[in-house]
Amino acid sequence: MSVCVYISGDTTAVAVGAERVAQRFEVEATRADLSYALIRNGSRGAFGLEPLLEVDSARGRVGFGAVTPDDIPELIRCLKEGVFEHPKCLGLVAEIPWLSNQTRVTFKRCGEGAPADLENYQRLGGYLGLKNALALSPQAIVDEIKASGLRGRGGAAFPAGIKWQTVLDTDSDQKYIVCNADEGDSGTFADRLLMEGDPYQLIEGMTIAGLAVGATQGYIYLRSEYPRAQAMLERAIDAAYDAGLLGRNVLESGSSFDLEVRMGAGSYICGEETALLNSLEGKRGVVRAKPPLPAIEGLFGQPTVVNNVLTLASVTSILADGGADYAHYGVNRSKGTIPLQLAGNVKNGGLIEVPFGASLRTVIDEWAGGTRSGRPVRAAQIGGPLGAYLSNAQLDVTVDYEALAVAGGMLGHGGIVVFDDTVNMAKQAHFAMDFCAKESCGKCTPCRIGAVRGREVLERVCESGATEDDLILLMDLCDTMEQASLCAMGGLTPLPVKSAVNNFPEDFDVAPENSEVAV
Amino acid sequence: MKDLVNKITENHCQTPGGLLPCLHDIQAQVGYIPSKTYESIAHAFSLSVAEVHGVVSFYHDFRTTPAPPRAVQICCAEACQAVGSRDLESAVGHVLGVEFGEVHASQAYRLERVYCLGNCACGPSIRIGDDVHGRVDSARLSELVSEATNR
Repeated sequence: MSVCVYISGDTTAVAVGAERVAQRFEVEATRADLSYALIRNGSRGAFGLEPLLEVDSARGRVGFGAVTPDDIPELIRCLKEGVFEHPKCLGLVAEIPWLSNQTRVTFKRCGEGAPADLENYQRLGGYLGLKNALALSPQAIVDEIKASGLRGRGGAAFPAGIKWQTVLDTDSDQKYIVCNADEGDSGTFADRLLMEGDPYQLIEGMTIAGLAVGATQGYIYLRSEYPRAQAMLERAIDAAYDAGLLGRNVLESGSSFDLEVRMGAGSYICGEETALLNSLEGKRGVVRAKPPLPAIEGLFGQPTVVNNVLTLASVTSILADGGADYAHYGVNRSKGTIPLQLAGNVKNGGLIEVPFGASLRTVIDEWAGGTRSGRPVRAAQIGGPLGAYLSNAQLDVTVDYEALAVAGGMLGHGGIVVFDDTVNMAKQAHFAMDFCAKESCGKCTPCRIGAVRGREVLERVCESGATEDDLILLMDLCDTMEQASLCAMGGLTPLPVKSAVNNFPEDFDVAPENSEVAV
Repeated sequence: MKDLVNKITENHCQTPGGLLPCLHDIQAQVGYIPSKTYESIAHAFSLSVAEVHGVVSFYHDFRTTPAPPRAVQICCAEACQAVGSRDLESAVGHVLGVEFGEVHASQAYRLERVYCLGNCACGPSIRIGDDVHGRVDSARLSELVSEATNR
């Protein structure tokens, strides 16, 4: 009897040794004359358990983790005997609490099978959303998205249904669907996990978006740091074309939708939607002034939906199960589920998908299990490099767009980067300005010059301590950037800087010798 | 090389927004984007030479001088900082004997900073070629780089 074994081919799984485990498995299995099929699946996002090896059994999928190449000979002996007694055995994968306590909607298929296997995707409910959408009018599709309460998962949290309505209502011979897969924020990897682990979901979501607004061409703008995601998307797109799920006459509906992956070239600012559009047009990734909104004048001047990977992927579940079903999850104006990414100094890093409304402290203390270093949590940066640094005392906030804004932060793309008590917040503030100075597109003065001046001030602070004048100047620069920058890069860089100064004043203490009032 | 660039340019110049894919292709096949090819690229895309230069110089990925195709990239972004990438960043010159932005004396690779490889739960992260490695300290860095360059 042949055993079916799964080892993830995901970037992070491979980064912690999955490739070596897979190679060793093949060598040892052949040597032991074990009849097997090895499937390289996506990752379930429980990176503390990767490399995770899964085996099909009569009771369901059994997991072993974290597996090292040296565990393999003994593991193969267990498989040959059909007993799953091994020190690394985790029991049934579906019963691992870290996974079973989640509410997986968008990531429900991730890790179940070979990501580019179209039949497997369809067997697990894929393309049901598109089939339902084909029976609806464009307006009815948009209404379903509105009913779901889905908001842009890229960070800005703009209601997706309203954006789609604008594009639907704008007359044009050519409209576009653009997927923003330029996931450049440190501490975020949900888009990558989905593209590598369940690429058809994004393709299906974009096709539905095309039907809804009358767009016939889609582009996935992918960052060049994600070569595995590129390979997976391209394989899946080819298979979708072959199956008549893309191209002319999608599922013989008479509607067309073409899709292409376009690679970025190492520019953080191209994650900003208007810079992204310029980059897609083959130009410098310089931010555009808004208005006009991309929904009215976007790619090549035409009405364009620009949505994040997770937003477009969520659309498939909404069309499959109904907007009301999706809106049933979540709290207040934050409806549905949010994939949170536990990153930085955490014991159990990875992705958890939970309904909005979870407590941030529970997420960090219980899901992430505190710090990897074992030291106390001092700070957490929520929402990427442009998000606030919250102190340990501020972590009693719920994961909800509005609640986090009230607490002085932002949820962004759901990245949570944890720092222990060895972090120097003046250095983190310096990095925020330095990063903005490096990555600013240069179009507007507050961002282009403000970040350079801010970096200079913080360099002084890091080297010789703060003076009162330094801090006054820094806050003044932050105010200017916040109020006068063209986009979120300049407008939000002050958030990590100011939150570091305000929430961790002890790291910016004005030294007595620097204080004018000192005698 | 001129013929090769012309051929690549011809493949892309009719594609909407084809300049970036074209530059990626040139770099993949030639190893860099020679400034002497700007004029023919500009001509094919109906752009000015200044516009082509503007695009090439805007993006970190594009190089205008020959360099080894393989990069060793050290992630220096926040999530990796939280688990010690600042130490790795300051030790790297000593460990590998090459500074950021430079090519190793062996010509086997160039060393670069990168801001996020999407491996943020298992940092510090590095990338050698297309392979990302997690939980890397300076000893592991030196091991991985010599493994990769001796292969």
